[in-house]
Amino acid sequence: MNELQFLTWVRGPGLNIAVGIFLLGVLWRLFEIYSLGRKKDLSAPRQASGASGFHTIFRRSLPPPGMLKRSPVSYIGGYVFHIGLALIVFLFAPHILLIKNLIGVSWPALPSQFIDLMAVVTMAAMIVVLVDRINKPVKRYLSTFEDWFTWTVTFLPVLTGWMAVQHLLLPYTTMLALHILSVELLLVVLPFTKLFHVFTLFGSRWFNGQVNGHKGVPV
Amino acid sequence: MSATLDKGVRVLKEVIDAPIASYFNSCVHCGLCAEACLFYTETGDPKYTPIHKLEPLRRIYEQEYTLLGRLKKMAGLSKPVTDAELDEWQELVYNSCTLCARCSAVCPVGNDIVYMVRKFREGMSAAGHAPEGIKGAVNRTVSIGSPMGVKLPAVQAQMKHVEADTGLKIPLDAEGAEFMVMLSSMEIINFPEYLSAIARIMHQAGKTWTLCSTAFEATNAGIQIGNSDLARVIVSRIVEGAEKLKVKTVISPECGHAYTALRWEGANLIGRPFTFEVKHILEVLAEFQEKGLLKTEGFETDKLTFHDPCQLVRRGGVVQQPRKLLNQVAKNFVEMPDSGFMNWCCGGGGGASAIEEGEALRLEAFKRKKSQLESVKPDRLVTACANCRIVLEEGLEHYQMDIPVVGLTEMIAEHLPESRKPEGS
Repeated sequence: MNELQFLTWVRGPGLNIAVGIFLLGVLWRLFEIYSLGRKKDLSAPRQASGASGFHTIFRRSLPPPGMLKRSPVSYIGGYVFHIGLALIVFLFAPHILLIKNLIGVSWPALPSQFIDLMAVVTMAAMIVVLVDRINKPVKRYLSTFEDWFTWTVTFLPVLTGWMAVQHLLLPYTTMLALHILSVELLLVVLPFTKLFHVFTLFGSRWFNGQVNGHKGVPV
Repeated sequence: MSATLDKGVRVLKEVIDAPIASYFNSCVHCGLCAEACLFYTETGDPKYTPIHKLEPLRRIYEQEYTLLGRLKKMAGLSKPVTDAELDEWQELVYNSCTLCARCSAVCPVGNDIVYMVRKFREGMSAAGHAPEGIKGAVNRTVSIGSPMGVKLPAVQAQMKHVEADTGLKIPLDAEGAEFMVMLSSMEIINFPEYLSAIARIMHQAGKTWTLCSTAFEATNAGIQIGNSDLARVIVSRIVEGAEKLKVKTVISPECGHAYTALRWEGANLIGRPFTFEVKHILEVLAEFQEKGLLKTEGFETDKLTFHDPCQLVRRGGVVQQPRKLLNQVAKNFVEMPDSGFMNWCCGGGGGASAIEEGEALRLEAFKRKKSQLESVKPDRLVTACANCRIVLEEGLEHYQMDIPVVGLTEMIAEHLPESRKPEGS
């Protein structure tokens, strides 16, 4: 297989397989989790919990009182790499073009120099949170193979994408193919690892907010 | 697999629901819950990280309720939960967790960690791995009627004392009263001022109230140990008593988990909504205050601060009431850092104070409260939970801090106009 065949494969069958596993995986996992259901709360509410679940979905994106000071690296590093990833994935012109080709919708892109900068900043933030995971006793204690593995599969698409754009190390075609392959790896593992929090965090925050809203405590 | 372990695992499988599944899938091992837990912040030992305290439950979830986990289990690749492991976890699930829920308040993905600890305890207790101290308290509550072995005659003796002291009748089993007042053993034995305070406050407000001879004990160690069957037995007594006496409202005493047991878990334990309301005494007092039924005179002038009982405030939603009440009788009330919703636990909630072998750790964790108090330097510490009060007193004594601890209800009662003793009595 030469470079071009490699690129053709990752763009064609490879992408189809990865997206297929991703979509089925996400649906299956969501079903597996939320079909477990829960018992109705029979206690009299202090107030109707109303939209408290939705409030918590937003409120938990901000550090609770005192927490930023206790763990600044987690919060600042976390914000930077999450926002960075979102910008790179959804506002880089070639990505928007790909989405347009797949499902027909598109939106304006950010200038590519800015995305370049974001990629570097995101990688730097990811390295900082990785070092923090190694250095902080609690994080190291909690870490399993999955934590190192998911960090790697999240980091690789950013690194290979940036290197492809910068024409570093390997010919563009090869690097682009590696980039797409790394994204496919990410798509395949996402539903089955802690990366699945990108979906369940909404449910988790909602449950927490709703249960506590019932008690009249905004969390 | 031993029979009890088998039972424990079965219970653990039963308690897993959609929220728990969602929570385990959301955890990214960021460790921020540790920063919210006083057992971690005061010891620096990562094993006290709240989410880690649930590791056996997480594995059961994965092995039983996820496709990949089931495949791994079939292939013999997963690590089964053992008796030895649950035994090791006893310290993590009971001694070093007071169900204070600070972790649930900070988790960035929104995990309600304390919800899971409460459920995990169901399996721990079924598997026979609950601490002896809480087991004893539950057995006494179920067989004798109270965790400290207090029986009705002890309550009646106290009623007599209070009647002699205040000149007010203490109603027992008065049908149709508006309020049924519950007590905690701790109050019956250590803080008799509470009953006297209630009698005088109710008298002044012109409200009808009663004690119940078959249900005077509000504490529910079944909740703490995590045994819903026993918790149901204990809560049913109160429900039966309240329905028999046809009261409108049952008043939970100054006891945090008694409030949780009655207010939030009770109806779920008996499987139907209550026919009466449940309120904490501070909620009732705040309502009296709002309606102008709580008249006080004079002020405390020394520096006071308030310790928020976790089950009442963060877990119960009674946040503003204690402040409004305190300000009615105190000129110099100051808040501790992190007060209110984010307050730190005394270190003895959730049954922890009943665990003898957990004392050293509890005192270590108390350093958090100590530093909060050092930054305020109050003359006295006010709270609204008899268990917090005992734990605070022990901690203060251990660290040789001379700060008296008082219950808020009694403090209010001291300022009732007619509470000055009538001459000659």
